[in-house]
Amino acid sequence: MTFSPELEARFAKMLESYPPGRTRSAVVPMLLYAQDEVGHISHELIEEVARRCKVTPLQVDEVVGYYSMLHKKPQGKVHVQVCTNISCLIDGGEELFQHASKTLGIGNKETTPDGQFSLEEVECIGACSWAPAIQMNYDFHHHVTPEKLDKLIDELRRKQ
Amino acid sequence: MSDINLTIDGQAVKAAPGTLVINAAKQVGIEIPSFCYYDGLQSVAACRMCLVEIEKTPKLQVACTTPVAEGMVVRTESPTVREARKGTIEFLLTNHPLDCPVCDKGGECELQDMTFRYGAGESRFVEQKLHVDEQQWSPVVFFDAPRCILCYRCVRVCDEGMGVNALGVINRGAHAEIAPNHFDHLECDECGMCIDICPVGALTSGMYRYKTRPWEMHHVGTICTHCSNGCKTTLGVRNNQIIRGNNRDQSGINGEFLCIKGRYAFDFVHSPERLQSPMLRKNGALEPVSWAEALSAVAQKLKEVKARGGKFAVIGSNHTTNEENYYLQKFAREALGTASIDHHRTGDVPTLLDALSGKTGALATTDDLYNRKAILVIGSDLSQQHPFLAFQIRANYRHHNAHIYTVTAGPVREQKQAVRSIMTIPGQELEDVESLRDQLKAEPELVIVFGDAIKGDGVHKLVAFGDSLGIPVKYVCLVDYSNSRGASDMGLSPRLGPGYRPVSEPGLAYDEILAAADLDVFWVVGANPLKQNALASEKAFVVVNEMFLTETALRADVVFPAASAYEKNGTVTNVCGEVQRLKAGLQVMGTKPDLEIIGLVSKEMGINIGIWTHDKVFDEIRTSVHGYNIPLPIVASGGAAQTTPVNGHVPASSRPDLIQSSRDTLFTSGSLGRYSKTLSSVLEAPGGLYSGERP
Amino acid sequence: MLYNDPHPLEVKIVTKRFGLPNSASLDTYLATDGFKAFFKAMEMTPEQIIEEVKLSALRGRGGAGFPAGLKWSFVPRNSPLPKYVIINADESEPGTCKDRLLMENDPHQLLEGILIAGRAIGAHKGYIYIRGEYRYLIEAMDRAISEAYARGYLGKNIQDTGFDFDIYTHSGAGAYECGEETALLDSIEGKRGIPRMKPPFPAVVGAWQAPTLINNVETLSAVPAIIRDGAAAFAALGPPKNGGTRMICLSGHINKPGVYELPVGFNLLRMIYEVGGGMRNGKKLKAVVPGGSSCPLLKAEECDIPMDFDTLAKVKSMLGSGGTVVLDEDTCMVRFALRIMKFYAHESCGWCIPCREGTTWLKKMLQRFHDGGGQKSDIPLIGELSKNMLGRTFCALGDAAAMPTISIVEKFPEDFEAHLNGRPCPYAHAAEPVFA
Ligand SMILES: Cc1cc2nc3c(=O)[nH]c(=O)nc-3n(C[C@H](O)[C@H](O)[C@H](O)COP(=O)(O)O)c2cc1C
Ligand code: SF4
Ligand code: FES
Repeated sequence: MTFSPELEARFAKMLESYPPGRTRSAVVPMLLYAQDEVGHISHELIEEVARRCKVTPLQVDEVVGYYSMLHKKPQGKVHVQVCTNISCLIDGGEELFQHASKTLGIGNKETTPDGQFSLEEVECIGACSWAPAIQMNYDFHHHVTPEKLDKLIDELRRKQ
Repeated sequence: MSDINLTIDGQAVKAAPGTLVINAAKQVGIEIPSFCYYDGLQSVAACRMCLVEIEKTPKLQVACTTPVAEGMVVRTESPTVREARKGTIEFLLTNHPLDCPVCDKGGECELQDMTFRYGAGESRFVEQKLHVDEQQWSPVVFFDAPRCILCYRCVRVCDEGMGVNALGVINRGAHAEIAPNHFDHLECDECGMCIDICPVGALTSGMYRYKTRPWEMHHVGTICTHCSNGCKTTLGVRNNQIIRGNNRDQSGINGEFLCIKGRYAFDFVHSPERLQSPMLRKNGALEPVSWAEALSAVAQKLKEVKARGGKFAVIGSNHTTNEENYYLQKFAREALGTASIDHHRTGDVPTLLDALSGKTGALATTDDLYNRKAILVIGSDLSQQHPFLAFQIRANYRHHNAHIYTVTAGPVREQKQAVRSIMTIPGQELEDVESLRDQLKAEPELVIVFGDAIKGDGVHKLVAFGDSLGIPVKYVCLVDYSNSRGASDMGLSPRLGPGYRPVSEPGLAYDEILAAADLDVFWVVGANPLKQNALASEKAFVVVNEMFLTETALRADVVFPAASAYEKNGTVTNVCGEVQRLKAGLQVMGTKPDLEIIGLVSKEMGINIGIWTHDKVFDEIRTSVHGYNIPLPIVASGGAAQTTPVNGHVPASSRPDLIQSSRDTLFTSGSLGRYSKTLSSVLEAPGGLYSGERP
Repeated sequence: MLYNDPHPLEVKIVTKRFGLPNSASLDTYLATDGFKAFFKAMEMTPEQIIEEVKLSALRGRGGAGFPAGLKWSFVPRNSPLPKYVIINADESEPGTCKDRLLMENDPHQLLEGILIAGRAIGAHKGYIYIRGEYRYLIEAMDRAISEAYARGYLGKNIQDTGFDFDIYTHSGAGAYECGEETALLDSIEGKRGIPRMKPPFPAVVGAWQAPTLINNVETLSAVPAIIRDGAAAFAALGPPKNGGTRMICLSGHINKPGVYELPVGFNLLRMIYEVGGGMRNGKKLKAVVPGGSSCPLLKAEECDIPMDFDTLAKVKSMLGSGGTVVLDEDTCMVRFALRIMKFYAHESCGWCIPCREGTTWLKKMLQRFHDGGGQKSDIPLIGELSKNMLGRTFCALGDAAAMPTISIVEKFPEDFEAHLNGRPCPYAHAAEPVFA
């Protein structure tokens, strides 16, 4: 598999950052960054990462299902992650998730038919003092209300 | 270091420093329950069954990782401990399907046993269980995730024990699952160690699953017939059918170890191609006849040829018993009056014995491979050809940090653990070994394991090299088959009688027999020389004892249907010279053990060369073959006793040109392998056989 | 960026640069005492540095509150192996959102803390393990690291002191358990984040088998101030053995949720009513999660206490990671307990039986209970099953799931009773979210 030159450069740097012979250490970040670029983690990607990090595909596969940010299924261009953990919960996080589900017309871990959005109920994302919070891909949004959420989604829809 | 004193359940216990509490308890007969702890594998402390109370520590401690300490006071059955175990089992059962009535493991399941002992009688779990469909990972390995208790024994035995790393863990939390190395299927040794070691019925055997309940079988401990390592295997037999092969009580030299052949390749026994009636050539074609007819045809022919001073030759087997081999050579020498007797030689045992003349304790046992500090492997892919020896060496490395050296022509698994590996070119082995001299000299002791690359003079050079190191050196001369070593020791040789005694008038050797145009009678017992060679003598009357219609049997005038190793009693000698007992597990209709066949022929000929029961013949071997005078109880109780069949000069050349290993792999086994459906199915299973997407 | 206004009662030690223009830049850092501590540390012996940190009574800010100086002293002096400093920036304990601010607003303070720790234990490499969701912070830290390299504050012979040090960031990918220090080690080695057996402790056998110091972001961020201004000043901020300040992440039903730096030992009620602006909509206080979801909850009447490690231990709770979640009278404790258990069941690595099966069972039971299918016998069972996990799991995650749950069933049985017999959640009327 080939990746963008920027990603290749990142991988090269990544592999160098660990002590000699410890290329396995790059497995998790490499998978995450590769997923960001290619969309999801296919068998092919697993084998590619295994080759680059000098481990067996099984050793990579073991990792994929362990980390909740790594996905074997393709996700939407914008992955909407609504935190419903305690601080968000008591500030309306669950209702916000229900609302997002209605607005997008999809359930938890589903993707809209046009592939633009996917939705996930996530655990605490470290925004508790500014709850309820969501992440759209890697962008944080704090104090999110249903109206604010709809506006964010609308804007993104228009941009696409 | 001196022993540590502690108290377990009120008993004073002495244990070596570093001993785990779980093992210290075992020493005094206290069993601390565990699922994940497995002797010899790394502790993972995952099942939490072995929690015990240790005075002065506030929390319960896991006995499988806690080493003993001076003055420690341990309680293994206190109310708190029992409560904790009950709680753990209750947790464990929440997602377990409890399908014991249809589970292969029912009756042999550690989870059942533990629930019986500590478990909660009633279930307080009323929620929905997780379900995942059963998966087939290979022709022989099935996985039922809901039954799995995640003890990781399978993962560890595959990694640590086998060095294969074909199993891993995927997903997280309650969804965590054992997974095979190629997403949906396994590509591995298919040894089935994972199946045996699984405490529950999560991993099941493609051959055994849903065939029987364990208590419907009777269990016969015998020796595997597929290679020279001589692993003990327990046959599960029901209605005269072998249903299962494993080493369920972990006794014998191999403990928990078995390879694919030992575990599954017994199925040749029930092959539809198995011969079940004698055959006699009539009008050019082989036809089934009665035993009486076949025996008398052979006896008459032999008598007649003997009377006119005709020429006999015999080729014996690498997988018949010591008793059969001994009796066969006796029959050839005494009844037929010929010294033209040989077998397919796969390693140069006679030269090694000669080179070690005068030394004692220079032959390594399988245990030495696990216990000696350094091992040098020359010219063999042990993991493929001698799976148990390889297992021993791996365990030695893991447990004792043994230094391993390899000198091989291709890559071998042992290189992973080796302190030094040399890739050699065939023929160059000894030169390359020489380059290890300084390193080897620094070792406290050494075992040298060598294949057929080293033979004849090479063996003398190797032993001279070993002598020059100035450290204790032991040797293993690798041979191929379950009784290759016994065939040699029992004198299936034109120049050497039992115990390597010289014979006054040597007969023809293997190649000379096949090339002799004037043979009158050619008797082949359990061998297939005509697979690769032609028989020069067209007129020869050919008698073959066989299980199948091999190339050789097809040329026969009379074929006797022979019993396999699993159908007879007797002894075999493994690659390290360890004598072990075969125990008949069943009878296949119409067949007879070779010992009986030979006996009946001699009787029919009116010649008495002694009673042909295996114990009587073994008695004779014990008195006439050096070193075989082993303590009977050891062998009788299923143990192994090592022999040194000669200690002195072996006077005859071993004909190095005749020595050649068949290079069987894990999935092939001489001529028997072809008739094992399981071996064939694994060989044929392409990488992508089960390529459907995982659910 | 700051997401809430500071409060006058705050004592700004680690957050003192927050709000300055370009607070994350090296120039701002240098202009405000930056790297003074580093140069001072280079004049000290490693033993002196460790002694100073011990005297400061700095305790780990990641959750367990282990004395930092003591931990540093466990790293073997003369190991032939390279040593490592690993910074735990996994910040995943529900209720906690402080390390994020430290990396965003003052990354160089963290870098300086790492250098001093490295000098103290004899390490020359540091890895910041940042949770994958914090991608923008990985980028922020990478920028700060590059800047420090460019200006000679990282790399070979730092500022001519002869000291070499390299720092790298490492991304996680979504796993609470990887915040547990030994699981973090497996994770940084490219494996599943499964905790390791202890002993050996990471200080002796850590990352890549080498001696490793693992500290939380906030812990190391406090180090420059300690070295610069002296241990005594830091220690004096809090009660004995509880030195310095803590970043308290106030969230929940209060008027001014936010992250505030307060001296260790600050009174919890004052936190809520003075710093946090009091209960929202004049509601009554029902309970507080003192330091992240793993901590046993405090009932309203238990809240008049100083927030320090030892006091909280005395009331059978924990100061944890500083995530203080304030719940008002309309909070359904069954729902709250359910959400906590859902979290732990989702995050259990699955390695050991009690945690894997216990959290899953409890989650299912609490869900059924909350949905109206509860039975009276379930109430004691919830407590009993939690206790069957407590102290019996491989790592502390099982305890973290059990402890708050036990405290909730024991302290709020009436909320459970109210759900029995198919009755709808009595707090349903309040479920209408406020969206503060
Ligand atoms: C389940 C679990 C999760 C944890 N998560 C974190 C975390 O996200 N961040 C953190 O700094 N410490 C976390 N810890 C605590 C670490 O194990 C460790 O104590 C800490 O990183 C040590 O640093 P400190 O002494 O500076 O606090 C966690 C512990 C457990 C048991
Ligand atoms: S499959 Fe069997 S051996 Fe493997 S983890 Fe599960 S229960 Fe243990
Ligand atoms: S609980 Fe939602 S961000 Fe912490």
